[in-house]
Amino acid sequence: MKREEMKGIVQNSMRLVLPSYSVNEGIARGAVAAFCAQLDPTVAELGDIKCALSEAVTNCIVHAYRDSIGEIYITVELLEGGIVRMKVKDRGCGIPDVKVARAPLYTTDRAGERSGMGFTVMESFTDAIRVSSREGRGTTVTMYKRILGR
Amino acid sequence: MLKEERLFSFEVSDEEMVVKLLGEMDHHNAKELRGEVDSLILEYRPQRVVLDLSEISFMDSSGLGFIMGRYSLAKELGASLVLRAPTSAVMKIITLAGMERMIKIEKSIKEGDV
Repeated sequence: MKREEMKGIVQNSMRLVLPSYSVNEGIARGAVAAFCAQLDPTVAELGDIKCALSEAVTNCIVHAYRDSIGEIYITVELLEGGIVRMKVKDRGCGIPDVKVARAPLYTTDRAGERSGMGFTVMESFTDAIRVSSREGRGTTVTMYKRILGR
Repeated sequence: MLKEERLFSFEVSDEEMVVKLLGEMDHHNAKELRGEVDSLILEYRPQRVVLDLSEISFMDSSGLGFIMGRYSLAKELGASLVLRAPTSAVMKIITLAGMERMIKIEKSIKEGDV
């Protein structure tokens, strides 16, 4: 995806703030899917969006706010050209090394049966992803997905 | 024997246990399912565990973790684990993980392997 496309004009947006309870994973998916429906995505495209979003939200719950309950800030924007930009932000513990965290199968939570595939799924199911993080301050994951529609 | 549970149903016959997962497989549901399914596997000690995915409408990487956990338990008990009838969306994430190289996947009871 070209940089200029990622900076396109925002045609519609939605903001959602949810506490990091795991039950809110499904609620986040449902809300974002409902919002993106206006682009008339295919079932597969909607599935990709829901999956990528679910991974980012789950990371906030499992890792960012591992020992506490915090807020997850979700922003979804529709840009020109049918591009969906999803931003998932937390004010949790942050990621010490983003490059390491993004490696397939890497996880800090083996006991929780984490597959370590979260970032791999996000990267594979979207067209572009950016991750910024500061230890002790939080993490923001921004994902872009072009919807070609039905 | 057929028993209905909230997130899954299961059926035990001869040496096979079929666990049909229902709804969405995410981190929240996987947490709840894990203990219940493990308890059944440990109770019945089947030779073959079938995870029926035909009614899973959504699965993220937490579902992969769930499957791997049950695969490890089955292996520890000397049993095999098979995935049955994953939808195309679920198959996409299974393939991304390369899981089909490790775990047998059946299209359905009648149609055989994927």
